[in-house]
Amino acid sequence: MLTLRCPVCGIDADETELSPGGEAHLTRFGPDASDDDFHDYLFTRENPRGVHFERWRHSYGCGKWFHAARCTVTLEVFGTYSAQTTEPPAGIRAVIAEKRPGWSWRGLS
Amino acid sequence: MKRYSAFAIAREALRHHSGWQRAWRSPEPKSRYDVVIVGAGGHGLATAYYLGRRFGIKNVAVIEKGWLGGGNTGRNTTIIRSNYLQDPSAAIYEKSRSLYETLSQELNYNIMFSPRGVIMLAQTHHEVRGYQRTAHANALQGVTTEFISPRRVKELVPIINIDGPRYPVLGGLWQARGGTARHDAVAWGYARACSDMGMDIIQQCEVTGIRQTDGKVTGVSTTRGEIGCDKLGLVVAGHSGVLADMAGFRLPVESVALQALVSEPIKPCMDVVVMANTVHGYMSQSDKGEMVIGGGADGYNNYTQRGSFHHIEETVRALIETFPMISRLKMLRQWGGIVDMTGDRSPILSRTPLDGCFINCGWGTGGFKAIPGSGYGMAELMAKGYSPLTDAFGLERFREGRFIDESVAAGVAH
Repeated sequence: MLTLRCPVCGIDADETELSPGGEAHLTRFGPDASDDDFHDYLFTRENPRGVHFERWRHSYGCGKWFHAARCTVTLEVFGTYSAQTTEPPAGIRAVIAEKRPGWSWRGLS
Repeated sequence: MKRYSAFAIAREALRHHSGWQRAWRSPEPKSRYDVVIVGAGGHGLATAYYLGRRFGIKNVAVIEKGWLGGGNTGRNTTIIRSNYLQDPSAAIYEKSRSLYETLSQELNYNIMFSPRGVIMLAQTHHEVRGYQRTAHANALQGVTTEFISPRRVKELVPIINIDGPRYPVLGGLWQARGGTARHDAVAWGYARACSDMGMDIIQQCEVTGIRQTDGKVTGVSTTRGEIGCDKLGLVVAGHSGVLADMAGFRLPVESVALQALVSEPIKPCMDVVVMANTVHGYMSQSDKGEMVIGGGADGYNNYTQRGSFHHIEETVRALIETFPMISRLKMLRQWGGIVDMTGDRSPILSRTPLDGCFINCGWGTGGFKAIPGSGYGMAELMAKGYSPLTDAFGLERFREGRFIDESVAAGVAH
């Protein structure tokens, strides 16, 4: 079973305690955006076979949102981190670089 | 190719079965084809078949990174129905169901189509209203379904418990002409017919790149060399995003694992397909006697082809209340498949930003039932550039706000 450590309350939570919230670090385009940007924001999602960054909510625990970095093929978790950021912290990226050399995700690497 | 018939069985019985031919050839790839289809699952093979049989394009290769029918075609729970809500869905699924009725004869291959009937149980008042609405919509679409009472459900499914404390049966949406078919045989039958038309089915050949010149597709790079083509069809379900990335466009699709399990074989006890969408479970009995049970999909992206344990527990726990007799069954096997989910839970059959490249994906949790209709529509789209069956399912529908919202009919169970 997928287990993620909630960075807010520090508990190792099973996936039954968590709610997946989809792709992380989306740029939120509003009414002034171009059609392309708004379409991509609403519908287009990264669907990588490998490293992925996601939002999760510790719904049956502290109730807080957080981010997780995970491999979609092996379900290996590279780490979790605060929701109050617009990109993955350097520490998480270093862990991924060590375990998945050459990774990239939406322009990050 | 020799036809399969009662006479052929008698003939082979007399000569120790020495005369059976391979069902399809395994040729080396040629350097060029008119059309290359990526993905030798049901949808890809059906596309190739109808391209040749109905639209006269026979210089076709179907390439597959694994083995034929080894993806979701061999992993689903084989349910066939067409009781969808929206008109474009009803059109393509009903086309598909009607093609299934005569597919064994058409392909000269027994796909074991069994129109045993499908019940979708209404176990909440919300579902009762939802299915009554679907029954009315189906009446207008010319799809025969009816909303039936709990008593009639009990007559059709004697092993069901309609008075469960948590999930009482309040009625059901009954499609008498729905049913099941042998999933592998559908792929094998199409493959045999394609091979017979001179098409090349190339297994263990992974696409590593898509070649293009001036925005037009010119071929694919594969682990078995370069293959040129005028038109390219991407029909790869869960891995569509990976191929779209190679072709240089993005898809509104996310891949998740959907799982199923089968019990030990028991004597015949249920001769219809029962789907219980409230509890994310659906069940039918195979010809071998196994109870085939489908469960829910994981809520997060993954490519593991396994599925989570807690979904099995949720599915089985809920089904045991509705079918108390299965509580003592041992489960033999469990497996998962990668399904490609779109935002509106309807498929994408479309041109793409890359000229000459077409995509068929997003069937999500319910692709098996659609194989013939999807193949027919995709073949027409690739041959003529337009198909009334697929017109509403274009990629541009998201931008234009023309969703085909089937989250009620398709989001959970198939």
